[in-house]
Amino acid sequence: MTDLAQLELDLINAIGSAETAAAVEDLRVAALGKSGSISGLLKGMGALSPDERREQGPMINGLRDRVSSALAARKAELEGAELDARLKAEHVDLTLPSRPRRSGSVHPTMQVMDEMIALFAEMGFAVAEGPDIEDDFHNFTALNFPPKHPAREMHDTFFLRPDPETGERKVLRTHTSPVQVRTMMTQKPPIRIIAPGRTFRKDSDATHTPMFHQVEGLVIDRDIHMGHLKWTLETFVARFFEVDGVDARFRPHHFPFTEPSAEMDIRCDRSGGELKLNQGDSWMEILGCGMVHPNVLRNCGINPDEFQGFAFGMGVDRLAMLKYGIPDLRPMFDADTRWLAHYGFSAFAAPNSASGLS
Amino acid sequence: MKFTLSWLKEHLDTDADVAVVADAMTMAGLEVEDVHDPIAALAPFTVARIVSAEQHPNADRLRVCQVDTVDGPKEIVCGAPNARAGLTTIYAPIGAFVPGLGVTLVEKPVRGVVSHGMLCSASELELAGESDGILELADDLAVGTPAAGVFGAEPVIDFEVTPNRPDWLGVAGIARDLAAAGLGQLKTPPILPVPGTFPSPITVRIEAPEMCPVFAGRLIRGVKNGPSPEWLQRRLTAIGLRSISRLVDVTNLIAYDRCRPAHVYDAAKLVGTEIVVRGGHLAESTTAVHLKLRDDTPFDKGDGPHREHLIALDGKTYAVDPTMCVIADAGGERPIGLGGVMGGESTGCSDETVDVFVECAWFDPIVTAQTGRTLALNSDAQYRFARGVDPASVAAGVELATRMILDLCGGEPSELVVTGQTPAAPAAFAFDPARVASLTGLSLDDDRIAEILSRLGFEVARGTPWTVTPPSWRRDVEGTADLVEEVARIEGYGALPSTPLPDLGAPSRGVLNPRQARVRLARRALAAMGYAEAVTWSFTKQSTAALFGGGDDALRVENPIAADLDCMRPSALPNLIQAAARNAARGHADAALFEIGPIYLDDSPTGQRTVIAGLVAPRAARHWGAAPEDALFGLKGDLMALLEALGAPVASLQLAQGQNRDWWHPGRSARLQLGPKNVMVEFGALHPRVLKALDADGPMLAFEIVLDAVPEPRGAKSKARGPANLANLMPLTRDFAFVVEDGKAVGDLVRAVAGADKALVAGVSVFDVYRGAGVPEGMKSVALEVSIQPVEATLTEAEIEALSAKVVAAAQKLGATLRS
Repeated sequence: MTDLAQLELDLINAIGSAETAAAVEDLRVAALGKSGSISGLLKGMGALSPDERREQGPMINGLRDRVSSALAARKAELEGAELDARLKAEHVDLTLPSRPRRSGSVHPTMQVMDEMIALFAEMGFAVAEGPDIEDDFHNFTALNFPPKHPAREMHDTFFLRPDPETGERKVLRTHTSPVQVRTMMTQKPPIRIIAPGRTFRKDSDATHTPMFHQVEGLVIDRDIHMGHLKWTLETFVARFFEVDGVDARFRPHHFPFTEPSAEMDIRCDRSGGELKLNQGDSWMEILGCGMVHPNVLRNCGINPDEFQGFAFGMGVDRLAMLKYGIPDLRPMFDADTRWLAHYGFSAFAAPNSASGLS
Repeated sequence: MKFTLSWLKEHLDTDADVAVVADAMTMAGLEVEDVHDPIAALAPFTVARIVSAEQHPNADRLRVCQVDTVDGPKEIVCGAPNARAGLTTIYAPIGAFVPGLGVTLVEKPVRGVVSHGMLCSASELELAGESDGILELADDLAVGTPAAGVFGAEPVIDFEVTPNRPDWLGVAGIARDLAAAGLGQLKTPPILPVPGTFPSPITVRIEAPEMCPVFAGRLIRGVKNGPSPEWLQRRLTAIGLRSISRLVDVTNLIAYDRCRPAHVYDAAKLVGTEIVVRGGHLAESTTAVHLKLRDDTPFDKGDGPHREHLIALDGKTYAVDPTMCVIADAGGERPIGLGGVMGGESTGCSDETVDVFVECAWFDPIVTAQTGRTLALNSDAQYRFARGVDPASVAAGVELATRMILDLCGGEPSELVVTGQTPAAPAAFAFDPARVASLTGLSLDDDRIAEILSRLGFEVARGTPWTVTPPSWRRDVEGTADLVEEVARIEGYGALPSTPLPDLGAPSRGVLNPRQARVRLARRALAAMGYAEAVTWSFTKQSTAALFGGGDDALRVENPIAADLDCMRPSALPNLIQAAARNAARGHADAALFEIGPIYLDDSPTGQRTVIAGLVAPRAARHWGAAPEDALFGLKGDLMALLEALGAPVASLQLAQGQNRDWWHPGRSARLQLGPKNVMVEFGALHPRVLKALDADGPMLAFEIVLDAVPEPRGAKSKARGPANLANLMPLTRDFAFVVEDGKAVGDLVRAVAGADKALVAGVSVFDVYRGAGVPEGMKSVALEVSIQPVEATLTEAEIEALSAKVVAAAQKLGATLRS
């Protein structure tokens, strides 16, 4: 008769001191394999009397279960240790830098243009465009600039070389108003558009560059008056600067293409380089506007006795500077990668009414 | 336009201070640019008297003065030659800011002697442009008298006169608008005619009525010219004018007071008794006459038509031509002035002038503007005539000048001579006062509207409709809209209502057209890929444009801002290349830039294209990890992803290599096209020769997409996507290695293999390109992984074999053999 207690003690000791998964497996075969010691005992039960079986059975089965568990436990333990050792060997130094990735950006002028388009889109303005190289008619004459009038000189116009045959001098548009002219000549009222784009004037200092960007607007219908102009611009300016309201004033001015004409000022405090809206005592001009001159409507084939409306125009680069605290205009067009990284915008900051303009 | 507050108050009865005046001007459309208040600047300065002036021990040109000042006796070192005992002058204490020097005084030794303040010159106080010593003041001034009081300093307002309002170039015109705006009562003194006592011996003949339709004048005999009285000098110098003499100062005062230029001729210097107004002469047409002329009527001797010359009052000689208005004497032979611009030196007035001929005329604005431009000659008269002087002020101008000359210089006036025809006054027109409300939203009653217009000088006849006649000085007013502006401007734009635009509802779809939407998408896509957006000039240098297929004369800027910006760009690349080079010069060589903007192929409205240009200067810092992706294929990947995002027909694009234009690397660039005539992109490495010409270090990689050439996705009538058709069978892959001539494009092989069985081949990738041992000379081995997607049933071994055979056969057609 085998001493079950001794056998169990021997097996448990052996399992406990097995150092490898293979040694554990050898022990399993020796105990529970086909001709293993415990298997032999289980097989021998058939030869026992019912009474002996009733007594021995549970003991042998219990022995088998405990040895199985011990084997499994030891195996798991050894495998865990092996994994730990392997993983330890797989250590990498994560303080090493990743491969640098270029971070792209959207130019502030273009970001602001997208902002303006988004705001005016909500008010029902479509976006119209036209060529940068214009003729005298679309840039001046249609807009009620009298020939040779001093107002033309104030525009510091760039001219292309005269056509050798016709002598005609094309101009680089001094404003995006020619787009308004082209729109009025091809569309019937009601018209509600903005015209964003590049514009050109021969001027260069800290606040002027020979190329800059404008967004102009045009609304033509039967009953549009200056009150609509005022509301539209006050609403736009407040939304653009992301404030609840804006302390603005409209001041008479002169433009050949509007009558009455106005400039819009906003109250602000610019001490310390930062723009604080609705504070302080100074007024800053931010745009020009007015009711479209009847001559302009007539020049564009619209009957001024039937239709009327307003137009406005503003400098995009300048508004970008004001909103985002950009001190100097000139680096706008210099493509300095450091400047672009600092003043540029994330690709994912597309203006929208849910998360805001930028 | 500058004026002083006291000058304004001669025309306007008001208690308003300078701040209130400036504010009222701004809100009436007279945009104030600057209010200079010298009283504040002069506050630290007071009258002082020099008690003694001794030679400085260490400096020949310095004196050490004992000065009696408001702060008691002070020892002050002074370098002025006129510093002397007994002189009454102006003292600046330590701590004062001296405006003319731009410094704040500190106590410090001057050559070893400490100066306890400073004695001031007129220029140091900004009372004069220059001065040659310290101020010399009247001895009866008490020590300690504030300087501001001594000099009668007063605030000066400077404002921008818009080109439509020449009447604001006279203080009287400013006062009229301010009175209408409610700032006070207009009190401009009326101009009374001065009776002449004898017929004018000098007559006027107008030969060029289109340039000068009306000319008035009179002789004043026996005047006494000389320095102007102090009040007149002060009035002119306060606004930056120079006082010259009584006769000349009178004309300048009237120009600024009434926007009425006038001119004075020394009658003794006139040749003959007739003044002729005519266009400039070219010598050829009048040679016979001019041969007889005296020597002081010079003609230039250069090439081309010989022109008349005039030495103007500024001492410079000007060549005139027939587009300019000339005033002449000597029977019309000798030019003595440029009408509306400047008088001639030969007949200018001096202290010796005894008989003076006073002129007021009306010169055509366009002629005057052009003359000023052509000759680069600007004067107060030219500025006013070019914008349009009141034509009805001609005779009144002479009367006013006469009155002032008689008051200041004495003399005896002749009768007034008026030659020619005053241009027609602005015509009356019908006006419906209801247009005020319909154009502005302001609700004003008719009385108020009429009141405003009347105060501005309009004649209002209130019938149905009203008839309104603009005053002679308001030639800018032509119709209803102009009157509405006048009413709204004077009522104040602050009263305008704020009326919401009629609500059109939120747009049912975006407001951008497909092209505009693509620009927006491309911008965000490229920024997300790591490119920084740049905005660069539309111009470039002509020689640079020529390197990129442009530079035509038709696209040259005639008046460029700088010589290297004289041509419209044919490509956005040169600007990006130069930008990258500038960044490299600043120590930041690695760059990825893009620009979405215009290029110009010709000067017509259809000659402009929108390009999406990207540029990479791959200069990544060395990295400890494995070798990075080849930058050129990185760029190609970005480009293809961008085109995909734009909805370009990527699957049907042909890639053509070796056909790019001159500025691309011939072996490392390609174009994407739908056909040879429909090229939408060029990309690759830029040509080293071009980079060198632009002073840029290579390599630089770029792409330029002509957005207008990228077709928009067709037939997107519905936004629905259609079924996804996701296969539910496992895909499998098979690898093939083909040996092919080195010159063959791998792309062609890939395309052929992909087309071997369009139903089953889902994709082909290239996982190795190998040349060397085991592959014959001049050949390469290309290893492809072909993805196979069973559609209806799992493929049997035999079906896979059959597909493999098709792949091998397709490759063989291109001369590729399976590598054994």
